[in-house]
Amino acid sequence: MSSPKSGQLLKHLILTMFTLLAIFPIYVMLTASFKTREEFVSSPLSPLGRSVNFDAYRVVFNDQFVVWVRNSVILTGVAVPVTVAFAALAAWGLSRWDFRGRDLLLAGIVSLMVIPPAVLLVPLFTLGSFVRQISTYQWIILIYVGFMLPLSIFILVIFFRTIPRSLLEAAEIDGASSVRCFRSIVLPLASPPLVTIVVLNVLWVWNELLIALVFLQDSEKKTLMIGLSGLQGRFTVNVPVIMAGLTLAMIPVAVLYLFGQRYFQRGLVAGAIKGD
Amino acid sequence: MGVSMRTIAHRSSQDGGNSAGSRHPQRSGRIRWRALEPALWLLPGVGVLGIVFGASLVLLVVTALRYDGKWTLENFTIVLEDPAFRTALLHNVRLLVAVPILVALALLTSVLLFEGMRGWRLHRSLALFPYILPIPVVALVFGQMLQLNGVINTTLRSVGFGSLAQDWLGNPDLALSTMTAIIVWKELGFGVVLLLARLISIPEDVFEAARMDGAGFFKLHFYITVPLMAKVIALFAIIEAITMISWVFSYVFVITNGQGGPGDATQVSELYIYRNAFQFGSPELAAAAATILFGLTLLIAVVLLLIQRRSRKD
Repeated sequence: MSSPKSGQLLKHLILTMFTLLAIFPIYVMLTASFKTREEFVSSPLSPLGRSVNFDAYRVVFNDQFVVWVRNSVILTGVAVPVTVAFAALAAWGLSRWDFRGRDLLLAGIVSLMVIPPAVLLVPLFTLGSFVRQISTYQWIILIYVGFMLPLSIFILVIFFRTIPRSLLEAAEIDGASSVRCFRSIVLPLASPPLVTIVVLNVLWVWNELLIALVFLQDSEKKTLMIGLSGLQGRFTVNVPVIMAGLTLAMIPVAVLYLFGQRYFQRGLVAGAIKGD
Repeated sequence: MGVSMRTIAHRSSQDGGNSAGSRHPQRSGRIRWRALEPALWLLPGVGVLGIVFGASLVLLVVTALRYDGKWTLENFTIVLEDPAFRTALLHNVRLLVAVPILVALALLTSVLLFEGMRGWRLHRSLALFPYILPIPVVALVFGQMLQLNGVINTTLRSVGFGSLAQDWLGNPDLALSTMTAIIVWKELGFGVVLLLARLISIPEDVFEAARMDGAGFFKLHFYITVPLMAKVIALFAIIEAITMISWVFSYVFVITNGQGGPGDATQVSELYIYRNAFQFGSPELAAAAATILFGLTLLIAVVLLLIQRRSRKD
């Protein structure tokens, strides 16, 4: 701290080092995926091999990769919209009307956020076998929706409670039903928090491993994350193939982050600080 | 369906009120519908939560308490005396080391970013990037980099620090610490975003005043910033503590190929539950272990609640 200049320089240095550390593994992954096996072994850190090589990607695509991606897309594509719809309805029920036990119910729902999936695997499996739904999409989607609802409801309730009552009263005087109010006044206003929960939930479903591992045992129904965790065993010596698979798995997440990071950050902060 | 019925009832009661003089019965009918309305909105969501959490928590406890067709605590006794479970739990506790490290690093990074760094938004975006990556991707990339002849060791050797090269994941004494470092790498961005959000909300004149009084970097942040952020720091610490106790399955499963190895060096309680339930065929033991894990998580969550309660009084 002797002079402000050197202090400033030190700060920049520390930060740059942290940032480099944060992206270093991604650099290794990306560059390795475009190398041949020999090039990777001889120079794992160089940005490029002799040429940009797509062999690794070719191998990955010949694998069951496409099936895994399809399954992950199906799960995400159904579970997230269902979650958003159910969360919006429930959050409105918890915001518009002031009924007895309302805050207790909300607190109960919010506290479900801390329950880890591992705790519920056994009973959910028992229930699933009871209704003969193991290895079906319906059952795992139900579980996913359940695990995503608490945070989604919470984020929406925080927002809905800021909508001025007078706005709704005006509409009701004009004869709008409560469904109509919800659809044409509340939902359009709520697009920022809705986008936030879409982004959070898409990332969550896409990245989820444990539940998928237990409830989708049919090899035709494996998700991308299950498939990836098996890549290691089969391509131990061919690192570029593994890295190509990982890169492909990362792309949708990275794109979503690129466009939705403002919403994602808002969601993280809202979920943790209770909109404070 | 239910909602449209309510609407019809609502309308008819209004009409009735206008035409006939006997408003009373219809009015009370309307009030009853009103009271039911929030329940209709809540029904789908609460229904799903009732199955996924309600029914399954009841079934969990029932499974854990049944042994040989009798109601007993036998499963808990077996699990608590099982060396594998004790090791797993101990490893979860040892993973808690990550919490103070995460808090310290997140604090340092967010304060540095806050100090008017040029391009802090870019730094923040990049710092958060690891947090959004799928854990299997992170685990596999690090798994490759940390092999005996992986990128980390070859780099160390090439810059003359060959003596530092280790079998990071293959050495039983090191594996859990390596795992901790990987988790810190991934979770740090979350802390940075969280703490930075709080920092930005502190009025600038608080810092101005302290600087006027001649507080340097460390004094300023130690005596002014950290106390002001105590609440958020505590929340972050508790969220991460819960993560270390009960959300590390994917790292261990992917890095060690589902084994928790080498030996049992990275065995954690989630893996114990998973393997007992779906590989060793003893779901009742898994249920007992899960109940214990649930209790621990709940304990941490109660601490969280107490902190929030207290901070609300402030």
